[in-house]
Amino acid sequence: MSELPAFLLEDDGGGEHSFPGTRPALICFVKEDCPTCNDVMPLIEALHRDLGASADFYVVGQTAEGNRVLTERHGLTVPLLNDESLKVSFAYDVEIVPTLHLVDAKGQSNGKLVGFARDEWRQAGEGFAEALNLAPPTLDWADYPEWRPGCGSRSADPLIADRLRAESENSPLRARRIEVGEGDDEVELMFDLGFSDGLPLVPPTPERVLRMLGGTGRDAQEVVATVPPNMGEATVEKIAINAVMAGCRPEYLPVVIACLEAVCTDAFNIHGVMATTMGASPVIVVNGPVRERLGMNMKLGALGQGSRANATIGRALRLAIRNIGGAEPGGTERSTLGNPMKFTMCFPEWEERNPWTPLHVERGFAPEDSVVTAFAMSSGPTLIVDQDARDGPHLAGSFGLCLDSIFHPRAHFATETLLVIAPEHVDTFARDGYGKAEIRARIQEVTARSIGELAADEVSAVGFKPAMIEAMDEQARAKKLPKFRRDEDIHIVVAGAEAGKFSGAFHGWVTGEVGSMPVSKKIEEA
Amino acid sequence: MTTILDPTDERVPVERRVTPRSGRIAGNVAFLDISKPKGNVLLDRLEALLKAEAPGIRVNRYAKPTFAKPAPADLRAEIARDNDFVVEALAD
Repeated sequence: MSELPAFLLEDDGGGEHSFPGTRPALICFVKEDCPTCNDVMPLIEALHRDLGASADFYVVGQTAEGNRVLTERHGLTVPLLNDESLKVSFAYDVEIVPTLHLVDAKGQSNGKLVGFARDEWRQAGEGFAEALNLAPPTLDWADYPEWRPGCGSRSADPLIADRLRAESENSPLRARRIEVGEGDDEVELMFDLGFSDGLPLVPPTPERVLRMLGGTGRDAQEVVATVPPNMGEATVEKIAINAVMAGCRPEYLPVVIACLEAVCTDAFNIHGVMATTMGASPVIVVNGPVRERLGMNMKLGALGQGSRANATIGRALRLAIRNIGGAEPGGTERSTLGNPMKFTMCFPEWEERNPWTPLHVERGFAPEDSVVTAFAMSSGPTLIVDQDARDGPHLAGSFGLCLDSIFHPRAHFATETLLVIAPEHVDTFARDGYGKAEIRARIQEVTARSIGELAADEVSAVGFKPAMIEAMDEQARAKKLPKFRRDEDIHIVVAGAEAGKFSGAFHGWVTGEVGSMPVSKKIEEA
Repeated sequence: MTTILDPTDERVPVERRVTPRSGRIAGNVAFLDISKPKGNVLLDRLEALLKAEAPGIRVNRYAKPTFAKPAPADLRAEIARDNDFVVEALAD
């Protein structure tokens, strides 16, 4: 067996040339618009004249038209073989033309020359003749340049190389291929096949998916997560396909993978988050050095539109859940109203503007770790407007009053919140040395309500019912309930523009074991 | 030809989604004449046969301005709004 790939190519006249044959062989890859190839064509012609009776010559050109031009320009008699599909060039890993292989009768390589170095080619040519028991070729080597670097092979052109990699035998792609018919529109087809969230998708061609896979060092077939309700296997490849459709760049892929790992856990419970009629959605916060590397927006408008990384990472997660897991509106996804976070909601924390501990460090990671944290939120961000507070207690007091309306002012101990504190509010807190613990305690303090205040009445039927209150003992009745069961249910991050005394609050869903709990995952970068 | 990769878990065949078929015809049925000669003849005959088979139906007749172009968006919207079924005549 030859250690070099076998091939079958045609010359301009349709003659077939198969490698390996039974004789020693010379294989040379060339292209017409390469000056170095044009320099060496007379040399190859001379070698063919002197040695062609005893050896097979495979001179492989990269376009049929280029071969015709080369043959005419140099008056060649050696046939040029047409590798217009570039599959042979790709199989031989040709990066530069000319690339010369000399092969013995058993198909074993006797060396490879890249570009043109006169002394090397002379040595190789004479050695080849000697092996054939022939006299050295009659050439005036002084006519040839001492050294020429050669040119890039067409098969190494990034756009073409991606296609060739996708089509090659060792392609990492295993997903079902869908042929889009002539005259059909791939974007329309993807809507019709149910792949879309309602917005147009980038067609996940094999080339694009391969480029996307370049963003991670993980094996394309590694199963990252199992996605309900179908319990579909989220392989790296499937996630990459959805990331392409969402508009991600390859370097975003590790973040998308970490998002899938986070939400497809028992603690996060993506199935419940998708299925609930309340309409929850994952909200992703990104921490660590990856934020800067991906150019994520943590400042002006961080929770809004305009940042490709923010927008497409969140969208890729949602598309993967929809397509791999099969959660579709009207199917297992049954939100009464839905919310725009169901398209995408992902933003980084502005850690450098955070005078306290950033979210991921608070959750046990090292500052230099890149981490995603997934929260299940039913609405937000709702704005907290306080342009008057000049100290921590007043500002955190305002936060508490605004947060009291989550679900319903009488719904206490029911959920959690993700507070996004904007820089001007951060400065107000920092002035007094007011920390996260103080903010949380103050919110709990100002929202604490007596059982009587939380009772159903003539204004609203929501709240403790008379029978429930009657069943309580004196001690329970005297209790005051803050808005949140635990201080830790108030999650705090920093983001937003330098200007504006406006912070944001995401309102939670059902917390704890029966609902969803926040989950953080470290991002494994390539 | 463009090739795309399947983003799903591949448990269902790849096919365009069509409106679920109920197995019976009732309500309003659009008859769309694509404006090729004798299309109306075919549709007249079909209408008679269909009304004999399904007496309760109402047939609404439409025609494309020309067979050479897709039906205008307004016509498609009108047909979709006012009908439960469509029969399109590909006469020649």
